[in-house]
Amino acid sequence: MSDRKLHAVAVINPLLPRQPLVSVSPRASSSKGLIHQFLEWFGDLGIFFWQVVRAAVTPPFEVRELIRQLDEIGSKSLPLVALAGAATGVVLSMEGRFSLTRFGAKSLLPAAIVFSIIHETGPIITGLVVSGRVGAGIGAELASMKVTEQIDAIEASAVNPYRLLAATRILACILMLPLLTLAADLSGLVMGWVAQALVEPISFHQFINSGFKGADFNDFLPPTFKTMVFGLIIGLIACFQGMRTQGGAAGVGRAATSSVVLSSLFVILADVVLVKLILIFFP
Amino acid sequence: METIDQIATKQGEAEKDGSASVLAVEGLHKSFGSQTVLNGISVAVSRGETLAVLGRSGTGKSVLLRLIIGLEKPDSGSVLIHGQDIAGLGLDQLGGIRMKMGFLFQHSALYDSLTVQQNVAFPLLHHKKEMSKSERNDRAEELLAEVGMEGALEKMPSDISGGMQKRVGLARALALEPDILLLDEPTAGLDPISAGEIDDLVLKLKQEHHMASIIVTHDLHSAKAVADRLALLNEGNVVIEGNFEDLQKSDDEFVREFLKHS
Repeated sequence: MSDRKLHAVAVINPLLPRQPLVSVSPRASSSKGLIHQFLEWFGDLGIFFWQVVRAAVTPPFEVRELIRQLDEIGSKSLPLVALAGAATGVVLSMEGRFSLTRFGAKSLLPAAIVFSIIHETGPIITGLVVSGRVGAGIGAELASMKVTEQIDAIEASAVNPYRLLAATRILACILMLPLLTLAADLSGLVMGWVAQALVEPISFHQFINSGFKGADFNDFLPPTFKTMVFGLIIGLIACFQGMRTQGGAAGVGRAATSSVVLSSLFVILADVVLVKLILIFFP
Repeated sequence: METIDQIATKQGEAEKDGSASVLAVEGLHKSFGSQTVLNGISVAVSRGETLAVLGRSGTGKSVLLRLIIGLEKPDSGSVLIHGQDIAGLGLDQLGGIRMKMGFLFQHSALYDSLTVQQNVAFPLLHHKKEMSKSERNDRAEELLAEVGMEGALEKMPSDISGGMQKRVGLARALALEPDILLLDEPTAGLDPISAGEIDDLVLKLKQEHHMASIIVTHDLHSAKAVADRLALLNEGNVVIEGNFEDLQKSDDEFVREFLKHS
């Protein structure tokens, strides 16, 4: 292989040391430097994503590790997501009652709670809670493995770390986010009903019937499945930030923080785009 | 014209009779930014031979091992494993070559979420699909017994000493029965007794497995004890290569300085 080709191989490695995106540095002080840094980060992320996809679709498949990650990311996030959903349901019920009573539309309260939760609040709360818990967890775990050469040891054992570490975690995030969203939706609806029933007695059956009046699958399925994109964003960014870490314990801390900050930010930005697309394609 | 199979057969025969190198590095250059670490280095190791690479800290000894196993890409030059240049290979293509190599990391790099036994069974789990769980565990136990760690099967890496971690790392490196063993500072950070035990272990493994080995170290006593040849690195290249007596006879100022302080 020629020297030039070898150089190209080295240059496209997305895990080579770079300037961290979330940092304060003299280079980042100018807007030009910041843009350059962002584009460089984005390019590396794209190459990383391509390598993960390539590893994920070629055997051997890491089924055992995928199942472990489904449990780690799904089951262990369930209590937190359900709690966040429940709190949201209660708040929506209290705030909705206050606002709708002022406009004489108190009878719309169940519908307002149901639509708010299944359309937007449930998915985005789930996305943000998972990006906090799982994003930080993956970022810190992989970063710690990186700085202690455990990822190098995996590679030296002739195992593809993109396949074993990144693809399994990203896929688990993609698969678990819709299920966790369902849990957040359910606990939000139940606690929304409880909060309303405590003020004004209403049966759960009545609450649900009234809330889902006029709703169809287009109100429910697209917002739930859009969280698969959130899962992709959280898993991808956390794995990327973790696997490119440098610099010991400080690097691990930076990777965990940047995983949460960047994945939360991109989840919110993606939500804007996805809501618009859902409104266009599922009016 | 010879086919690839014919070339491989010829290489294999030459390796067996010791006339060909199992591992050869030719004109390897590696820089990190403006800092040149390796500057056209060439070394070769035959079957059953141990080469110790010596040098001051930061002279690129560990980088050389990382280039050999493909964890770093060279700027130019070639890394020949059984006659095949691996320098430009991708991750999956490198997989087959890496299965022929065992690597002991400087800080052992044991998987901290796995037990000692699971660490050693890790390469078997991924590459010996035909083995049942009990066969894998038995093999891991055998390997751990070979390095004197049979009593720590269920312990976590954080619960054992640095010397023990090196032994477990060595057992893991041997799991796939490699032809080539790469040891990065196997005695660094160990007390003299533990370091001596590791040296004895490396010698024992060398006699039993007849692997081609490269040991990177700055410990001259250890190198003298386990290696057939020594190569002293300075400023990214080999200053002198030969046995210990060759180093002692050398008039090179750096060699004399290195020996004086070792």
